[in-house]
Amino acid sequence: MSLKVAVITFPGSNCDQDMHRAVKLMGWDLVKLWHSDVLTEPVDLIAVPGGFSYGDYLRCGALARFSRAMESVREHASRGGLVLGVCNGFQILCEAGLLPGALHRNSGLKFRCLWTDLVVKQAGTAFSNAASAGQRLRVPIAHGEGNYFIDNDGLKSLQDNGQVVFEYADNPNGSVASIAGIMNREGNVLGMMPHPERAMETELGGVDGRVIFDSLMGALAKA
Amino acid sequence: MNAPAITPEIVAEHGLKPDEYQLILEILGREPSFTELGIFSVMWSEHCSYKNSKPLLKLLPTEGPDVLQGPGENAGVVALDDRLAVCFKMESHNHPSAVEPFQGAATGVGGILRDIFTMGARPVALVDCLFFGTPGKPSVDRIIGGVVHGIADYGNCVGVPTIAGQVTFSPAFDTNPLVNAMAVGVMRKEDLTLAKARTPGNVVVYYGNATGRDGVHGATFASEELTEETMEQRSAVQVGDPFMGKKILEATLELIYSGSVEAIQDMGAAGLTCSGCEIAGRGRLGMRLELDKVPQRAQNMSAYEMMLSESQERMLAVIPPNRLAEAMAILEKWEVTPAVVGEVTNDGLLTVYHRGGVVAKVPALKISEESPVYRREARQPKDFPTEPWVPGPWAGSLKADQALESLLEDLNIHSKQWIHEQFDTQVQTNTVLGPGAGAAMLRVDGTTKLLGISSGVDPMKVACEPFTGARMAVAEAALNLLCVGAKPLGLTDNLNFGNPEKPEQFWFFRRAVEGIADMARALVIPVTGGNVSLYNESPTGPIWPTPTIGMVGRCESLDHMIRPGFKNPGELVFALGELPTSLAGSLLAFKQGGSSKLPAPLEADGIATFTPRMVALQALLNDLIDARILQSAQDVSEGGLAVALAEQCIFSPATVGFEGTLESYDLATLFGEPGALVVVGIRPEDQERFDEILDRHSEVDYTELGVVTDKPVLQLGDAIAMTVEALQHMRSHRTHI
Repeated sequence: MSLKVAVITFPGSNCDQDMHRAVKLMGWDLVKLWHSDVLTEPVDLIAVPGGFSYGDYLRCGALARFSRAMESVREHASRGGLVLGVCNGFQILCEAGLLPGALHRNSGLKFRCLWTDLVVKQAGTAFSNAASAGQRLRVPIAHGEGNYFIDNDGLKSLQDNGQVVFEYADNPNGSVASIAGIMNREGNVLGMMPHPERAMETELGGVDGRVIFDSLMGALAKA
Repeated sequence: MNAPAITPEIVAEHGLKPDEYQLILEILGREPSFTELGIFSVMWSEHCSYKNSKPLLKLLPTEGPDVLQGPGENAGVVALDDRLAVCFKMESHNHPSAVEPFQGAATGVGGILRDIFTMGARPVALVDCLFFGTPGKPSVDRIIGGVVHGIADYGNCVGVPTIAGQVTFSPAFDTNPLVNAMAVGVMRKEDLTLAKARTPGNVVVYYGNATGRDGVHGATFASEELTEETMEQRSAVQVGDPFMGKKILEATLELIYSGSVEAIQDMGAAGLTCSGCEIAGRGRLGMRLELDKVPQRAQNMSAYEMMLSESQERMLAVIPPNRLAEAMAILEKWEVTPAVVGEVTNDGLLTVYHRGGVVAKVPALKISEESPVYRREARQPKDFPTEPWVPGPWAGSLKADQALESLLEDLNIHSKQWIHEQFDTQVQTNTVLGPGAGAAMLRVDGTTKLLGISSGVDPMKVACEPFTGARMAVAEAALNLLCVGAKPLGLTDNLNFGNPEKPEQFWFFRRAVEGIADMARALVIPVTGGNVSLYNESPTGPIWPTPTIGMVGRCESLDHMIRPGFKNPGELVFALGELPTSLAGSLLAFKQGGSSKLPAPLEADGIATFTPRMVALQALLNDLIDARILQSAQDVSEGGLAVALAEQCIFSPATVGFEGTLESYDLATLFGEPGALVVVGIRPEDQERFDEILDRHSEVDYTELGVVTDKPVLQLGDAIAMTVEALQHMRSHRTHI
């Protein structure tokens, strides 16, 4: 089954082409969405890629949320469409209010790029149905502001509703409850700091990122 | 604004000597205007004119079958296959990084990236060779932290992976750090774009950041002589803007791919002046520049300031009039505020208009290519040791395992993971081998060939003996590539030395360039470009002479690539090259001390035979790579054989150890650093083919060293018995400085 996937490019996006490559590796159709445009055709998934949208000079993702392309994301999400935000994309989705919480500077105050072990906290979601609960996935991170924060009530609500999809086995950035990726209450919008699109090929160090893309395929096949 | 009159004092403050001023008078046939004086002074600075180094640089071999563009352009270009090419160059940002480490390093990265995409190549990798003082001193720690953060901030934001490099610590760099940044790009051959105007009447388009007063040369001037405004409004240090850097990168590549651009040049040192003169001069043409049309971010800037501004992230493109609309649409899309600022002329003159008048009219070619040239005196330092180096009494009592521990813990050998981790090493999803190995390896979109990148120099060895130290730098960069399965294609050199007006310093410079030339020619690796940084001295003295080498290589396929570390128990391990018989010139000798004030000089015998030994070793490794029988390969450099074997155990993807079979292990064998020596591993079933190939290369010495075991212990006779876990801990326990 071929899916149609839109990938947004903001000025300053730098993982957009990596996401394009991942989409092509999955055999899906790619729709490139420029930040100042809106979608003109229905898609199965919108990916908001990593990078430094608009330079991230104010606050990560703070400007990107006002872009025209994000209007398409809101509309798509409100109809139940799937949205995947990675790294800067996660930050943008939080700024846009599509996901709860915020991403602070790493607790060590430094940018960190390394392979991390993720623990699948919630299997069976649109983003994790190809994994089993507790399964470990090796996926790299590369960020300076990936320290997920949410207040206690918010955290409880995330946990009670099964919205924490991925946790770090060894917290690299100080995130609350070692959170690496969360979804919205409806389960159709996911944000994660680790980069599944960088873990698609053996020669680059591992293929565990495919689990997330395979899950999306599974979710859409059912739909 | 009233420009000041040209007095001998003003001339001197511009760093121009009286005879240089005479040459200006001859070229112009009149007295220069104030703006013209500024133009000459920056174009004839060492940075732009290479006036102290030109005669030496002529020694370097620059040609080869794979060279598509040699020195003289923004960067060198070599062919990767019949369709794709690699564009690369290394450049220093030493002085800015000493003054303002974060911005100095960040703008260094920004500048070298511009050199690459200006040629039509998409940057695919950054490499940083950093030379710092001794950690622990607050001033040094501030420089280290700032430089690393600055590189990370710019490179990570622009989305170019930082995949290789070197970090050296020595008191020789306490006050004068070296920041040598290399960028590597990949292009289709037809996209090669030069900074050379070819057609009079074509339009000159400026884009990127607006021009400000940052970095204006001549900060010694009193403010009132420059403008009515005060000096406080002028920033002494340029500030990098990686977001604009990323936008002009994408805009420039889209512009080049559209075919709508004839020539393009970034504005780095000497800004508009340098890019205007060079673009016009290379085409034997002229250029009309209208400064009033240049986007400005400060008010009431003078022509002098605008011509000399070094504001970052600015580009100058030459566009045919019939393609202008298309080009402007691309630049508008990327929001890089393009402006038409002039046109190419056929009069050979750079003519600058400002506020209704002509403020400068200078011959573009003469100013960019006919600068004065100095042949400096070179004199070997009086205290330079000529007697053989003798180790201190420690050599009789030092235990091999203690020596190995001290070397693995030495900051120069110890893992730099705590630095590499701050760089995005994976963005663009092509990093097959990242930092930590001797060389990095990248996939290249559109071909099954891979791109290898190595870099470095051991400045201690250059201080020991500059001719051989520089040869070793070239040899080691080549061996590092060969040890991952890539064959060298070309090199770039970043020559960092002291004051060339001092004969002793110039001697180091000259001998080192001669060394690079000797080895590059012998190994048939063309030098396609580089950078010269002189006057690296502070009140505590000159830096160690540091000719940093950056090298790119071609690996035929993933199947030809050799990953770091021993692979499997049973692997047979050999040394290819002569085993050392002396500790002279080694890191161990430097740490322990000996008979001379300078670090231990190299051994005379080794010096004489070094180049032919290396040539023979390269030929052998080429054949072994083609035969695809090397399971593992590691260059023997700092720390000698013992460190190389320890690292091959540590880097192994499996749990393995090594058992040596040599009869004896003296300190010289274990820790000597003779150069032209590698450790390789093969499967027992490949022994026969291996021997056949060795037979064809009888001029290379080889020694069977031992076998890879499933017991994770490094066992070298009675000398060393250490668990790999312990070795790993020694080499990687530091997580910060």
